[in-house]
Amino acid sequence: MSNYLAGRLVSLVLSLIVASIVIFLVMEVLPGDPAQFILGMNAQPDTLAALREQLGLNAPALARYFGWVLGMLHGDFGISYTYRVPVAELIVQRIGVSLPLAVISLALTVLIAFPAGVIAAARRGSRSDFAVMGITQFGVAVPNFWFAIILVWVFAVILHWFSAGGFAGWDKGLWTGLRSLVLPAIALALPQASILTRVMRSALLDTLSEDYIRSARAKGLSKGQALWRHAVRNALIPVLTIVGLQFAFLLAGAIIIENVFFLPGLGRLVFQAINQRDLIVVKSVVMLLVFAVIFVNFLVDLGYFAVDPRLRRRA
Amino acid sequence: MTDAIATRGSMRRAALASPSFVAGAIVTVLFVGMAVLSFIWTPYDYAAQDIPNKLKGLTAAHWFGTDQYGRDVFSQILVGSRTSITVAFVAVTVGVGIGVPLGLWAAARNGSLLDEIIMRANDLIFAFPALLIAILITAVFGPGAVNAVIAIGIFNIPVFARLTRGAALSLWPRDFVLAARVAGKGKAEISVEHILPNILNTLVVQVTIQFSLGILAEAALAYVGLGAQPPTPSWGKMLADSQTLVSLAPHLAIIPGLAIVFTVLGLNLLGDGLRDIFDPQLRRSRR
Repeated sequence: MSNYLAGRLVSLVLSLIVASIVIFLVMEVLPGDPAQFILGMNAQPDTLAALREQLGLNAPALARYFGWVLGMLHGDFGISYTYRVPVAELIVQRIGVSLPLAVISLALTVLIAFPAGVIAAARRGSRSDFAVMGITQFGVAVPNFWFAIILVWVFAVILHWFSAGGFAGWDKGLWTGLRSLVLPAIALALPQASILTRVMRSALLDTLSEDYIRSARAKGLSKGQALWRHAVRNALIPVLTIVGLQFAFLLAGAIIIENVFFLPGLGRLVFQAINQRDLIVVKSVVMLLVFAVIFVNFLVDLGYFAVDPRLRRRA
Repeated sequence: MTDAIATRGSMRRAALASPSFVAGAIVTVLFVGMAVLSFIWTPYDYAAQDIPNKLKGLTAAHWFGTDQYGRDVFSQILVGSRTSITVAFVAVTVGVGIGVPLGLWAAARNGSLLDEIIMRANDLIFAFPALLIAILITAVFGPGAVNAVIAIGIFNIPVFARLTRGAALSLWPRDFVLAARVAGKGKAEISVEHILPNILNTLVVQVTIQFSLGILAEAALAYVGLGAQPPTPSWGKMLADSQTLVSLAPHLAIIPGLAIVFTVLGLNLLGDGLRDIFDPQLRRSRR
């Protein structure tokens, strides 16, 4: 156990180090001078030089890299060039939108995919299997931002059930906040649920053909009992992997959906920061998102360990 | 991969018996046909404005209506399919061109430092949120179709490298590879002459999948304004423009979206169908 854990931890830290170097290098080649951007085209050369000095842009690259990484380890993500507030503060604000959005979408995804996948696999070849597979085939082909536009058209423009975009904020009550996230969450969840349904179905079909299912049936378990007690539990391993990837995707990949609905989330923050050359925001938020992805994958690896006793014994 | 060699005739029968393949092939041919057609004929000049006839619905004169400048939507859809195809095609080519050799190389030197480095680098690319990095790349090098291709292509590399390595590794211990080694062939030669032809089927299926993902990614980049730049029409850009007009002219949002959905659906069905045809065993276990 401790060996396995130590191995995973080392690879986690190594991935983070390499990722931070890659992000830093990409930022180095990003054209455009932040100082110029802040002061505008008519800035005096000496004012520009002074601001560059103040922003620490004149320090050698290695010093800036370590300054950035060590800062982040202390929770200091730098100060945004455009917003003039600490990046950490921006991140905390925006996470209040992105995290609930990701959690709600993932919950929807699992709630749809789990039963749909089980029904399709348990009644393989039936009409319901055919329907589920047909719908998911469409679901994976639909771009989520297009689905979002259609949802806005139907539920905001025609039916007036929800607003077409923007975020009401959590301070006006839980329901008001949640209401702004309903359509974006559905738009994000549909394609993800389609993918997960297919994974669930094929994982379950694999386990259903295993010998231990035949044994379970032979010892007198009903089809349903064998399904729930043995097949579903064993099918969860590949499903868990995909759920982990999907959570990471939903956290970072909501960038387009946040743009459709004008939601002030992390994705939109990075997107705007890229356009405004607010490099410190881009660098730190991208690093945070990569950290989230790598960390979720790490948790999934640990999850295997909890789910699969064979792994535990081998370690 | 079964040892039984499928004859051409049995392959053809299997192809026609697979509804996924037939439907997917028809849609894909239509899609490519649209792009080719757009070079020689469109009902109108896709960029020609006709303000008095703006935001018209579906009519005999304008099959898919007109947009806010009175431009013909059907013509834009036709020309837009070129953008989708080109970006997705080149992005897949980048992935295959770099990923497959890397995968073959890693498999030939399985367990070596090189193998380890290639696979770790792949893992690392997977850890980056793809769309975010694509946006970053297009922001670094400027928006446009070429940079969209690079951004999407980079993420195709690890997909093909990993797939190739996995498939190649399962072939290396096989007898025919051993025979080639005994005959004195080098690892590179064996990889190209014996391994590659035997994993082509798997690769072709993945190509169709990555192609459809490429079309979705191109649409997403174009939607946020980082794909092909105006006046070049692209389906994602059309959707972005339609968003504020959805209450006045919903067809502007519906039509380009349906174009994307059907194209991606067609490619996915084609991929499923091909997998069934190439690997009858898998089909039996899947259904």
